[in-house]
Amino acid sequence: MAFAVSCNPFPVPCFSMHELSIANSILEAVRKERERLNGARVIKVGVRIGELAGVDPEALSFGFEVLVKGTDLEPLALEIESTARRHECLHCKRVFTVVDYQVDCPGCGSTETRCIGGDELELAYLELEES
Amino acid sequence: MSRLPLEKKVLSENDRIAARLRERFLEGQVFCLNFISSPGAGKTSLLEGTLERLSPNARVALLTGDIQTDNDAKRLARFGFPVKQITTGGACHLDARMIERALADWPLGAFDTLLIENVGNLVCPSSYDLGEAAKVVVLSVAEGEDKPLKYPAIFSKAELLVLNKTDLLPYVSFDIKKARAYALQVHPGMEIVEVSCKTGAGLEGWMKWLGRRRESAKDEKARKNRVVCL
Repeated sequence: MAFAVSCNPFPVPCFSMHELSIANSILEAVRKERERLNGARVIKVGVRIGELAGVDPEALSFGFEVLVKGTDLEPLALEIESTARRHECLHCKRVFTVVDYQVDCPGCGSTETRCIGGDELELAYLELEES
Repeated sequence: MSRLPLEKKVLSENDRIAARLRERFLEGQVFCLNFISSPGAGKTSLLEGTLERLSPNARVALLTGDIQTDNDAKRLARFGFPVKQITTGGACHLDARMIERALADWPLGAFDTLLIENVGNLVCPSSYDLGEAAKVVVLSVAEGEDKPLKYPAIFSKAELLVLNKTDLLPYVSFDIKKARAYALQVHPGMEIVEVSCKTGAGLEGWMKWLGRRRESAKDEKARKNRVVCL
């Protein structure tokens, strides 16, 4: 596809090839689900994106809009739920949200914690039109 | 209007193909590594240094991804091991389907190690599983030492960090201690080796890791077989 533009000297949303291919995967998945649902009319798709997933929500929305336009899926809305990075302390087992890359345990102060979430790139739900 | 919960991965199609590849690699006893870095950090140089140190009888094959040109494949081909260039034409990462296609006319039994050089990019390749046993991230000291904090996804997913171009340390402001600390901050326990592909310093440490990791992958296969036998 010819419309990959690097970020971002222009006053348009940052539009990268990466988010475009993610948007395309979302549409492929919606088509597959629609088939499984015998052609039900899908009006919205909800996705969950973690801050570690390396996907920019704004660029994804823009890419999604461009790819949907003029297809059989139009009008199809995209709702993005962003999820934070979560760690678990290996000592006191506390689960916490990481803010500003502070990965030490806020409970016991241990530096040994592991990442247990925040890299989600998931289809959460579809909204279907009642027939 | 009704809402239907899905709870599926967006890249489930890629993951499905990657799982198929992983199964094939395990069956064919092929040890596969996925090399990721920003452009110019030295993935190709690291692979050159690796091939140089392998016995000519080693059964190694390489795939190298770039948006354009087959320059890297040419650089790697001179060592006599099979190399194939994947030119993505614009895509900023390799995906599992590209690997499957590239391997279609290569008999898997012909090699026991597959080294995949991804497109130079610290962001997108981290999302795409290629069926590899492990990801290796390369960071050069000509970059910023805070790269692990800026690109936590790849630094938390890669098993090994190769800090390259250490011969340049006297000339750059890169703080290698901080780089190590940042990497361990996003990935506690991460293994790190320091190398200079230009002078060869530290490459024996990298080769040791490679040998060790390949052996542990064999154990994985043995474990799996035992489970099947039970």
